Amino acid sequence: MRWEETVVEEATADKEDTSAPETVVQSSVPQPKDDFQEELVIRPLHSGDIYASFQFRTLWETDFMRGNKVSHYRLFPKSLGQVISKFSVRELHISFTQGYWRTMQWGQPFLPSPPGAELWVWFQDSVTDVDGTWKELTNVLSGIFCASLNFIDSTNTVQPSASFKPLGIGNVTDHRFLRYATLPREIVCTENLTPWKKLLPCGSKAGLAVLLKSEKLFHSSFHSQAVHIRPVCQDWQCKTTSWELRQTLNVVFDLHTPGQGKLEWSLFKMFSRTLTEACPLASSSKIYIDITDDPQGEQFEVSPATHLLSQAMVLGDRRTFSVYDLTQQITFGTVRSLNLLIRWKSSEGYIHYQPSKDRVRPHLLEMLVQLPPNSVTEVTVQFERALLKWTEYTPDPNHGFYVGSSVISSLVPSIVAMDTNSTREQPLFSSFFPCKEESSYFMRVYTEPLLVNLPTPDFSMPYNVICLTCTVVAVGYGSLYNLLTRSFQIEEPSPGLAKRIANIIRKMRGVPPL
Amino acid sequence: MAAPLTLLLLVAVTVRAALYRSSLADLISERVEVVSPLTAWKRVVEGLALLDLGVSPYSGDVFHETPLIIYLFHFLVDYAEITFMLADVITAVALYLSVKDYNKQVFRKQKYALEADRYPLDCLELIRSPKEMQYIPLKVAMFYLLNPFTILSCVAKSTCGLNNAVIALFVLSTIKGNVLLSAIFLSLATYQSIYPLTLCAAALLYLLQRQYIPVNLRRFSFWWFVAQYAFMYLGSLFVIVGLSFFLLGSWDFLPSVYGFILSVPDLTPNIGLFWYFFAEMFEHFRLFFLCVFQINVFFYTVPLSIKLKEHPVFLIFMQLAVISIFKSYPTVGDIAASFIKHHKASSASSLNIFLVSCVLLACSALFPVLWHLWIYAGSANSNFYYAITLLFNVAQILLVSDYFYAFLRREHHLSHGLYLKRKDGSEATLVLK
Repeated sequence: MRWEETVVEEATADKEDTSAPETVVQSSVPQPKDDFQEELVIRPLHSGDIYASFQFRTLWETDFMRGNKVSHYRLFPKSLGQVISKFSVRELHISFTQGYWRTMQWGQPFLPSPPGAELWVWFQDSVTDVDGTWKELTNVLSGIFCASLNFIDSTNTVQPSASFKPLGIGNVTDHRFLRYATLPREIVCTENLTPWKKLLPCGSKAGLAVLLKSEKLFHSSFHSQAVHIRPVCQDWQCKTTSWELRQTLNVVFDLHTPGQGKLEWSLFKMFSRTLTEACPLASSSKIYIDITDDPQGEQFEVSPATHLLSQAMVLGDRRTFSVYDLTQQITFGTVRSLNLLIRWKSSEGYIHYQPSKDRVRPHLLEMLVQLPPNSVTEVTVQFERALLKWTEYTPDPNHGFYVGSSVISSLVPSIVAMDTNSTREQPLFSSFFPCKEESSYFMRVYTEPLLVNLPTPDFSMPYNVICLTCTVVAVGYGSLYNLLTRSFQIEEPSPGLAKRIANIIRKMRGVPPL
Repeated sequence: MAAPLTLLLLVAVTVRAALYRSSLADLISERVEVVSPLTAWKRVVEGLALLDLGVSPYSGDVFHETPLIIYLFHFLVDYAEITFMLADVITAVALYLSVKDYNKQVFRKQKYALEADRYPLDCLELIRSPKEMQYIPLKVAMFYLLNPFTILSCVAKSTCGLNNAVIALFVLSTIKGNVLLSAIFLSLATYQSIYPLTLCAAALLYLLQRQYIPVNLRRFSFWWFVAQYAFMYLGSLFVIVGLSFFLLGSWDFLPSVYGFILSVPDLTPNIGLFWYFFAEMFEHFRLFFLCVFQINVFFYTVPLSIKLKEHPVFLIFMQLAVISIFKSYPTVGDIAASFIKHHKASSASSLNIFLVSCVLLACSALFPVLWHLWIYAGSANSNFYYAITLLFNVAQILLVSDYFYAFLRREHHLSHGLYLKRKDGSEATLVLK
């Protein structure tokens, strides 16, 4: 295991190391030094979602200002270089976001951004008409990014005086040169992603950018792509400055299958692609997986395994990362492709369920659960109300039936060391539950009992019900009996009363009837 | 005929699919009139969950389906909706084909009878012509598929649909004359709920008639055929029960399924007569009345068979109707299956049938209202719901007996003439004496 301490860069919360700039030597004209780095940070979140953050950084030691005409662009995109020099931009930050970042569930993002489009620019102090330049700049940017940034005008532009200080070097703080605008209605789609990807040196053909496929990226809970341009120091004494272009893309993928708990995530599942090579123009191409929450590998495992580890300070917190270096061929293994797999280990949660049998035994549900910190766990059980026999109700059936309390028994970690010696002289109130270990104490919590109102039959009606139901069955029996045992006959009209009496007398006399 | 049938199937499947996607599906699958403790989909899901957990699904009192159903849905649980729609489609197609085949036989018999001059001259208008009977198979299939009871039962994913499919296949194989298939489907139907056992007699009578073996208890051929059929039926029943035992690993399912059907421990309200009766029963007489009610379903078999031995297909439908009224946990799906005879009888007493059908419709509309008033609003009590249950069952019984009466009367007219004269020449009326 090799631990590598990283250098904290001042001014921003970074976690990658700055490598030495790559020098490009050409035969005739000495070119300004430029350098390209790409990285991907994957952080599994508590809710089972996964957060992926891409950053592509191009450092170029050149000077766009003071009349220098830059003509040979290599890693730095030409469109942005021309924008910087034409509009005398000192810093440019533009972001396009779809969705809202859920801090409670996901923690803090590496680079926050508001929903919609946000653009804020620091101009050089040589600009005379800042508003006019701002208007032209927004129009040009809307062309570059295929977004409707041309709707930015004086109605949605402000000049913040305190919040948006420059993120690069420069000590100009006259907020007359700062413009900030936001378009919350702006929708991000493939039209915006494609020109963004074109600004990368390798495009979307090699390196980490092959993972940026729009059909998966936009099928997510949160998607944000941004471009940040600022001048930075090249060395500790800041003798030379270079322009830094960062293109960042943050995306949060969520689970779509409910009820299956945490699954496994892989590069293929997230992006429908695997990695085959690093960008040849990149000096560093790395993937970081955040394993701070699971240092011993108990909750999830990452494969293929890597022995590279890295630590960095992120937002005031020391976090540990597993590192995959794509510039080394060994990362890709024998199959020449890298598909990282993060599999959540199924907790050995124990469930003991004994279903009930009517009039014999009750339900028993026992679950051994590990509760994550600062979270809410809900257990729901569906039930149906049953109708009982009338003799099984209590004398006050409309009061309802009681369901006993649920019991939660747990070992709670304790701050102070507990005393495991139970034979020592202690007051009675602290010595009831046996104490097996020092670091935790046993606790049992009972919930409230439940009062359930069951539907009742009418208790005054047993005899009536028996009679009525038997009547209905008898109606059925009777009609079918009639139809089965009788046959059709022609009806003889029945004679009148007088004739009938006469017939009876005749029968008694033995004379044939009328 | 294939095109209208296909169109009908498409319409039926569309209606069901539309209802599945709507929010009504959850509402319908909880209605007690549509699902019973035997057929509810929620209980099948529970049984599957218990099976996955390693516990026997019959250890609790929730699951009462047969093991073959649970293993069928173990593989098909993701396609449950398609399975139930397919079951309805199979039922309709089986009914269509069987009615078509039956019509052919009826015409043939009529032709021979006409040639042999067995019909009195004035009842020729009662004779069915191929023209008027041409659309009957389609109407029967339509009546089954577009029946609101069937649609409700399918949308609720009640396993009654599968029962009906098996019974329809049994009817089809019996009418086609295939003895082995008829025995197999009948044993499957009996395996799922015990009551189709009564259809054995009807199937036997029909197959004997078809093979021209006279029903004479002294003849060897009769007993030989009965023994064959009984052997096939009992053999397939044993095979199915044995297969369930091997799949499940124990005999738990026998008391849970058949013991449950016969001893009625669960008193959930439904549209039948058993629940309130046994909820209010004095403990002393419980076993007695249980036996009475269960025998009530079975003992109509022999008298009906004797009376209807010349018309075994009508006997099948009479038996189905009796089963669906008097079984221990009826649902509207069973009622839908028993209404198929609607088009078989003549319209001699159509007014009566119309009135009774109106009563049935009104009761069906009142069931959810009174349930809501009893359980949720609390302003009615169980007697209201019970009263509608009684009325519903009385209407069904009257409907069945009306059809029976109409059928018998038509048969009487066919043999004795339509316009009857008394001895003195005046017009006579027929009564049952």
